[in-house]
Amino acid sequence: MEISGADFIRGMAFLGAGVAMGLGAIGPGIGEGFVAGKACEAIGKRPDEAGLITRTMLVGQAVSESTGIYSLVIALLLIFVV
Amino acid sequence: MDNETFITASRYLGAAFSVGFGAIGAALGEGYAAGIASESISYKPKASREVITTMLIGQAIAESAAIFALVVSMILLFGGPDFHSLNFGWACIGAGLCMGLAAIGSGLGAGIPAGQACLGTVIQPATSGKTNTTMLLGSAVTQTPAIFGLVLAFLLLFLDHSNMPVYPGWAALLGAGLSMGLGAIGSGLGNGFTAGEAVYGVARNPEQVGPTSMVMLVALGVAQSSAIYGFLIGLMLLFVTPKESILIADSARLLTAGICMGFGAIGPGIGSGIAGAYALKEVPRKPEERGTIFRVMLIGMAVAGSTAVYALVISMLLIHYFK
Repeated sequence: MEISGADFIRGMAFLGAGVAMGLGAIGPGIGEGFVAGKACEAIGKRPDEAGLITRTMLVGQAVSESTGIYSLVIALLLIFVV
Repeated sequence: MDNETFITASRYLGAAFSVGFGAIGAALGEGYAAGIASESISYKPKASREVITTMLIGQAIAESAAIFALVVSMILLFGGPDFHSLNFGWACIGAGLCMGLAAIGSGLGAGIPAGQACLGTVIQPATSGKTNTTMLLGSAVTQTPAIFGLVLAFLLLFLDHSNMPVYPGWAALLGAGLSMGLGAIGSGLGNGFTAGEAVYGVARNPEQVGPTSMVMLVALGVAQSSAIYGFLIGLMLLFVTPKESILIADSARLLTAGICMGFGAIGPGIGSGIAGAYALKEVPRKPEERGTIFRVMLIGMAVAGSTAVYALVISMLLIHYFK
């Protein structure tokens, strides 16, 4: 079977897109879950500060999300642009 | 090499994948349960009979994930349908990977509530019934990802895929197995964390068994969503028949759709489970704050699940966009 260079590159770009998004989703998922868990624990300790704790949780999760978004961007670039 | 040779070889490879990967989780989970049981007996040697009974019940549930994997292995070795297409060979490998990987998380996860129930039996011997009921409920739900894996493995094995073109059908069949198999790891493990804390909480505060079980079931259900995405992509890869193409690009995009969703579901599953675990640590202790904790837990889980949704979108693009 003759493999053309363009086909091989496109195939590897697809493979890269999947691997990038798949592996890239592991960290943010675990990290954000940990933040959410600790926030629940904190609210159990200081229920009167629930608003502040929830806000802090969301800010922290947004920062943690950023690496997942990098993976998404790279995956989309690999699929549509490269 | 003719089709029959390839199919026989694939059956053996699939059987090895299934029971090989499938044995990891249950063994680790049961070992954890036995370890905590030993620790519990050291606190109160007189309760050893009750602790061992609880341990064995919990271990039996954790074992079921490995038994599913054994069943799929046996079918691959000695039974199953008698198809003759090359695709059946690829489906055998896919089914083995699917069931084997899917059993890791559930086996490991179900061991955690079993261990906590042993500890609970020692802390509050009088209410060990409530602790054990919570443990049974939690462990049973923890097995769901493994059951998804079993269902998809059966679909791979018992449906005739000969209408699918071998190129790129082989990639779709392997990808379906990987998507479901890898995708089940996170949810199974995460559910174990959540159920473990719920069991320990009920042991500490037996009067809170009702509300705690309710919050636990919701938390387990939400953490299950990433395994469901894996199942969904697996079904899509099985039932969306691809156009025949010998291009590497077409095989790669179907295979990678499964890899993307599979790995992408691991993190959110574990993360949602951790969020549920901490929430269930607090719910039995602070019943009056249950509403607030529950709300924050759900918001946190939704955010933690977002990366699984990204992986779902990328997988769907890879499957559908270039059809």
